[in-house]
Amino acid sequence: MISVQNLHKKFGKNQVLQGVDLEIEQGGIFAILGPNGSGKTTLIKSILGMVIPNSGVIKIEGKPIKKDWKYRHKIDYLPQIANFPSNLTVQELINMIKDLRGKNNVDDQQLIELFKLQPFLKKKLGNLSGGTKQKVNIVLAFMFDSPLLILDEPTSGLDPISLLRLKDLINSEKEKGKTILITSHIMSFVEQVTNDIVFLLEGKIYFKGSITQLKKQTKQPDFEHAIASILQQSYD
Amino acid sequence: MIKILKYSFYDLMRSRWSYVYFAFYLLLGVVLLFLNNDLSKAVITLMNVIIVLVPLIGTIFGVMYYYNSKEFTELLLAQPVKRTSIFLGQYLGVALSLSMSLIIGLGVPFIFYGIFKSSAIWDFSLLLITGTFLTLIFTALAFMIALSNENKIKGFGYAILLWLFMAVIYDGIFLMSLIAFEEYPLDSFSLIGTMANPIDLSRVLILLKLDISALLGYTGAVFQKFFGTSFGVIVSIAMLLLWVVIPTWIIQRKAKRKDF
Repeated sequence: MISVQNLHKKFGKNQVLQGVDLEIEQGGIFAILGPNGSGKTTLIKSILGMVIPNSGVIKIEGKPIKKDWKYRHKIDYLPQIANFPSNLTVQELINMIKDLRGKNNVDDQQLIELFKLQPFLKKKLGNLSGGTKQKVNIVLAFMFDSPLLILDEPTSGLDPISLLRLKDLINSEKEKGKTILITSHIMSFVEQVTNDIVFLLEGKIYFKGSITQLKKQTKQPDFEHAIASILQQSYD
Repeated sequence: MIKILKYSFYDLMRSRWSYVYFAFYLLLGVVLLFLNNDLSKAVITLMNVIIVLVPLIGTIFGVMYYYNSKEFTELLLAQPVKRTSIFLGQYLGVALSLSMSLIIGLGVPFIFYGIFKSSAIWDFSLLLITGTFLTLIFTALAFMIALSNENKIKGFGYAILLWLFMAVIYDGIFLMSLIAFEEYPLDSFSLIGTMANPIDLSRVLILLKLDISALLGYTGAVFQKFFGTSFGVIVSIAMLLLWVVIPTWIIQRKAKRKDF
């Protein structure tokens, strides 16, 4: 599904990605983890074509994405910080994204209902709370039935009930055979939705495999401590 | 690109500032016609205002729109839309809505005053055409500067400096160099100097059309000889077009390479 080869990216003097090699197979949920500034968002944005890598090749379904944009029809993206044009209403934004993607027969009503967004549809995005914006963000990302779903910190600002619904939603998308990439700092959330993780450290893939493997490798009883022990090594 | 243009245009059409800008021109047109009671004189006064104000508004709106719609841009970048069409669409959205405020705002009072029956119709159209050109040029320059500067304050500063340079400082340098080199033949130098700045070029074009070039003395005669011919007019229009095309091309190039 996604193949990343020897990806390098520098922002000024700051070398963020230093040769990332990654293969993500079709179907399943993969968590991309790593400390702050390890390059998770940069990696995701490179896959989306928002960040242009200094070197390296990214392929989606076997095709290089460089200088292409049509491949983004296959991707749904949930950005980390939900920033929307503030003088549009929720409904207008949803209609606009539908129009831009050229898909009008999507199932947004069900998602709006799921996250109880009906009372906000006519409200301007600038007046919404952080959590409500995140819900709109989720609706926009899950609305289209694309084979690849990229979620950058999907849990931020959500109340417990919405969090539960989000988990159900992610699982049901997985059932459909989609490939889902998630970044999160909330380890319990990661542990609940997936078993496959990719650990980024200092711009390189430090570990790729299952949580069980990671626990074994680090000789720690639980996932949180396993991650902490890797971080401990890097901080020393 | 058309879709992006449409949304940027709608977005601006709901913004208060478009109406303020529109109302300003409407008021300006009405007041000038009321005070002057003469179409040609009103056109000259308008020219003086437009030549300075249109580039300023184009610059400020362009920079402001770019920085304010950053979030929207990021949302669009993750969608299956070509990068260059996002930025060109936004640029055209801003430039077209500003041009529309200018054309309609000034057009309405002049139409009611009876511009269609007057001989000043061509002068007035030329005024609107150069106004539109200046909007296109300075909005493009503003977008170009905003795209190259991540820092809002810096971008705003550079854009305003550019406007100040083009509208005020350039003339000063130009005049001083004319005085410094007065012993040499300066015909072609002053022609090139005028052509190189879109604001000066627009001013000269309108002044010559208004047949008040006699006021300009010897230089006026040289200018009349050049700009008065159809060759001169074609070169001037080509020059204004170049001022639109080059920044637009740079916007496109920058947009392709930028990280978000």
